[in-house]
Amino acid sequence: MDLLETDHVPWRRLELTVRRPAVDIADLVVERGQERILDGVSCAIAHGSLTALLGPSGSGKTTLLRCIVGVQRIRTGSIRVLGHPAGAGELRRRVGYVTQAPSVYADLTVRENARYFASLHGMPGRHADEALADVGLTGHADELTGQLSGGQRSRVSLACALLGKPDLLVLDEPTVGLDPALRRDLWQRFAELAQAGTTILVSSHVMDEAARCERLLLIRDGRLLSDGTPASIRAATGSDDLEEAFLRLIERDGSAVA
Amino acid sequence: MPARATASTAERILRQLRHDKRTVALLLVLPAVLLTNVWAMYDGRHHSFNRVGLALLGLFPFITMFLVTSVAMLRERTTGTLERFLTLPPGKADLLFGYGLAFGTAAVAQAAVATTLACGPLGLDAGNPVIAALVAVASAVLGVALGLLCSAFARSEFQAVQFMPAVVLPQLLLCGLFVPREDMSSWLHAVSDVLPLTYAVDALRELSASGGATATMWRDVAIVAATATAALVAASTTLRRRSR
Repeated sequence: MDLLETDHVPWRRLELTVRRPAVDIADLVVERGQERILDGVSCAIAHGSLTALLGPSGSGKTTLLRCIVGVQRIRTGSIRVLGHPAGAGELRRRVGYVTQAPSVYADLTVRENARYFASLHGMPGRHADEALADVGLTGHADELTGQLSGGQRSRVSLACALLGKPDLLVLDEPTVGLDPALRRDLWQRFAELAQAGTTILVSSHVMDEAARCERLLLIRDGRLLSDGTPASIRAATGSDDLEEAFLRLIERDGSAVA
Repeated sequence: MPARATASTAERILRQLRHDKRTVALLLVLPAVLLTNVWAMYDGRHHSFNRVGLALLGLFPFITMFLVTSVAMLRERTTGTLERFLTLPPGKADLLFGYGLAFGTAAVAQAAVATTLACGPLGLDAGNPVIAALVAVASAVLGVALGLLCSAFARSEFQAVQFMPAVVLPQLLLCGLFVPREDMSSWLHAVSDVLPLTYAVDALRELSASGGATATMWRDVAIVAATATAALVAASTTLRRRSR
């Protein structure tokens, strides 16, 4: 009752959303057979933020993203997404997920793919066309998806996730294989979406991309090595170059273990 | 809106099929060519052709739809589109019944061609060609449902293809195509009693022998439909949102 009443006061509501993170992960452990993929990861991601998840190949990036989307079986720990346990039915309208390999139908045209996923979201066909325009594929709408280049195909996959207008967008290496101009455009688009209130989590292994994010998470061997803004990471490592900064963090971690 | 997601999924699958003209041609032309082949083999021995031709009308749709669906579903698994579907609002049933609806529709076209040819130029006596086509469609939907179920147990295309001899051949051997079911030993008869394809072939026989639909025939069709539904439900339990 109390909550409902305070809800009428705008600043109060703002404070509530600011305080409760969009994604809240505590002591997350994931095992596959004998192997430990994630080893006690804890972090929180604020609403409307643009966060990069960085780490070498095989460090657990994709697994962590899959946990947040709710398609990964976990061993222990908790993940809350937009106030619900990850994978809850309510979240299926609110979380968009783009896998690393484009998960669209190669034997449909670009438009047919977008329209199908729009209809699964209960949205009219014009949303599909808008989403294609967003990723710059309007000119290819009537081509078979399987005949496009790898980068174009991953943009089809991205468009199919954008059209659901998700509150949380989880992107696994969305810029792999894209030319620099397109990469810049996509990051621009992510920044705009975040500005408009969408929470975005992007995994990447390209450091200069990461510099555009408000927040960087570095993961290595299933553990969170660093969590901060680009500026704080530069300051902590005494390096202006993020690539160099991360190498130093990894070295420090290595000597700490040894 | 669950019905809408089922319909748009069926539409999507039919669109995929439409882009694959060779598969469509094979689906439509192959049964006709093989029926003609069998007709020529029996060369005027009308009674034998009638027995085998009838069984084939029920077998073709089952076999082709079983194969096409298990490969299609395996592809959904390996390309990640299944996982994507499972993170979206619609339920698992929308996907599975979408497949049933799409390939059932394709089976209507296939059955129309095969039955028209068999009951027209080839002179097969099916009793009632329209009802015979309906039985063929029921058999196709059974193939779709079993194909969806089996694809869950295949990790690769190689394995998926092996399910064809494992699931389809026993049913083909025991449905009464080679030896009439009445002449089988009691244990073989009992095995053929629990194989669903038997009822599709029996329904076609009954239809032909009685010159029209009978209660026994409808019972057999109902058994085929019920098994198909049960297989679809079983298949939905194999679709897991969370995986390792």
